[in-house]
Amino acid sequence: MIKVENLSKIYKNDSVETVALHSVSFEVTAGEFLAIMGPSGSGKSTLMHIIGALDTPTSGKYFLDNIDISKLEDDQLAEIRNKKIGFVFQAFNLLPRVTALQNVMLPMAYGGLTKPKRLKKAKEFLEMVGLKDRIDYSSNQLSGGQQQRVAIARALTMNPKILLADEPTGNLASSQAVEIMDIFSKLNNLGHTIVMITHEPDIAHFAKRVITLRDGKIESDIKNGQNIAASYVPKIK
Amino acid sequence: MEFSELIKESIGTLALNKMRTGLATLGIVIGIGSVIALVSLGQASQRAVQDQIQSLGSNLITITPGAQTSQGVKQAAGSNTSLTYDDAKAIIASADITEVTNVSPELASRAQATAGRNNTNTQIVGATPAYSVVHKVDIAWGVFISQRDLDALDKVAVLGPQVVTDLFGESSNPIGQDMRISGQSFRIIGITVSKGGTGFQNQDDIIYIPLTTAQKVVFGENYLSSISIEAKSENTITQAENQIGYLLLSRHHLNSPDQADFSMFSQNDILNTASSITGTFTALLSGIAAISLIVGGIGIMNIMLVTVTERTREIGLRKALGAKKKTIITQFLIESTILTATGGFLGMVIGILSSWIITHFISLPFTISAGSIGLAILVSGGIGILFGWYPASKAANLQPIEALRYE
Repeated sequence: MIKVENLSKIYKNDSVETVALHSVSFEVTAGEFLAIMGPSGSGKSTLMHIIGALDTPTSGKYFLDNIDISKLEDDQLAEIRNKKIGFVFQAFNLLPRVTALQNVMLPMAYGGLTKPKRLKKAKEFLEMVGLKDRIDYSSNQLSGGQQQRVAIARALTMNPKILLADEPTGNLASSQAVEIMDIFSKLNNLGHTIVMITHEPDIAHFAKRVITLRDGKIESDIKNGQNIAASYVPKIK
Repeated sequence: MEFSELIKESIGTLALNKMRTGLATLGIVIGIGSVIALVSLGQASQRAVQDQIQSLGSNLITITPGAQTSQGVKQAAGSNTSLTYDDAKAIIASADITEVTNVSPELASRAQATAGRNNTNTQIVGATPAYSVVHKVDIAWGVFISQRDLDALDKVAVLGPQVVTDLFGESSNPIGQDMRISGQSFRIIGITVSKGGTGFQNQDDIIYIPLTTAQKVVFGENYLSSISIEAKSENTITQAENQIGYLLLSRHHLNSPDQADFSMFSQNDILNTASSITGTFTALLSGIAAISLIVGGIGIMNIMLVTVTERTREIGLRKALGAKKKTIITQFLIESTILTATGGFLGMVIGILSSWIITHFISLPFTISAGSIGLAILVSGGIGILFGWYPASKAANLQPIEALRYE
């Protein structure tokens, strides 16, 4: 599903070069639930943005669904983001003052679905994340957990190949965080491929595979372990 | 997304953010409204000046005695006694003078006028019937001086409305009553229509009496203080001036125009002065318009830059969800077009309305030019759309993650 080969990202700021990713390679197969961990500055966010086609790598190759994403134009990337990727952000990123329903319908509007179809699907997905009675609430009337559930519904509407979550519980209280992670687990059981960034071992525990990054390189890659979270021991340089 | 749907989405966004929409519209309303109002006020003052000059009489040539430069000694203009009633009659009678329609010989001087216990010091004008035509004097009640009054040296008077007020009180009708001018008794036969006192002189504070009576009975003079002549048309004023000038030179036995013991000035001279005044006005107006356009334009630019730049994160999000560059730019173009169109229309209405109210209260003629409206809307609208589009297009060209991170 995802194939990353020798991916590097170098940020140039004036004359200072910062290497965020250093020749990273790995694969994700359909149906996996992968957590990417690492301390801040390890390059995990950069990796996520490249996988999410929000950013482009400096060098290396990235295949999503057998398409070489690293070679595409801006508008082609927009289409990939729309049709193949579902995003869940740490800060929810809902349009303010717009209802939950309209927020969920937005990607489908960009995807060219007809209005009745959009309405039907948006209601379906909002029901699925347990917000059937909140569809007409605007985002600022919803709690953090509810906003994140709207964001998950929005990510699912175009039936994406992968679901990307960037610290999805970072802005939430722990009870709400568990609710959100339960939804991700259920989605994974339904067959969705999920890639999630987190720095919390508790949250990484929900994943079936954990890649740990440090200084832009893969430090460890552990699959199917029952206690994968335990393998993550923060190291202080 | 289809275009019609983008329009709906844009209207929805504008309606949801009432404060932002209101502020942006207000900026455009003020920008466009102030340009239209200022230019319109300027044009109204310009028109007022032109109208006042026109009201003095059209195609007018005025001849006054006393050369502007007399041999060695310069006397005050008009103090000379070189113009006579016969000169005026000769101008009327001459076959060489073809471009003149009316000739009005005049003797004007100040004198004391009394009626009952009231008295006033006012301008007494000895006039012929032609005066009312040349100077566009209209009669409100009664009649103007007739040829018969002139021939018979009748002691009759036609009063300006200001004189009536001064001598008989507000809105009285003293026709048929007697009054005294310099001790002589006169019968009032007419009252003129008010011309307003804003010209070069107050045309309402005048008493008209027959020219012959003025010369022989009141002032005991044989000369004229001026001859006013109406030329056939604006285009023949110069020709008329030449014809009259040569006639008067030969009548006064003078060889060259340098020696002339009279001077002539025409409506053309006044119009030339006026056009240099209006030229200054036009420059002033252009300055005001340019400044208000710049001020309005900067206001619009700022509000659009701020409101659109503030939405960089939103643009990043929309891109992350699959919006293409074109879709985003189209949406923001539609939004800023709706804003500038609404603001432009409101600004136009407010600008026209406010200039109408102001001109109404300071009694200027209300003028509005399509040019100033067009310019205001074109420039301000252009700036509004440009600065709605520019930051949006800049944000749409960012990597979505950069736009999302924008603070």
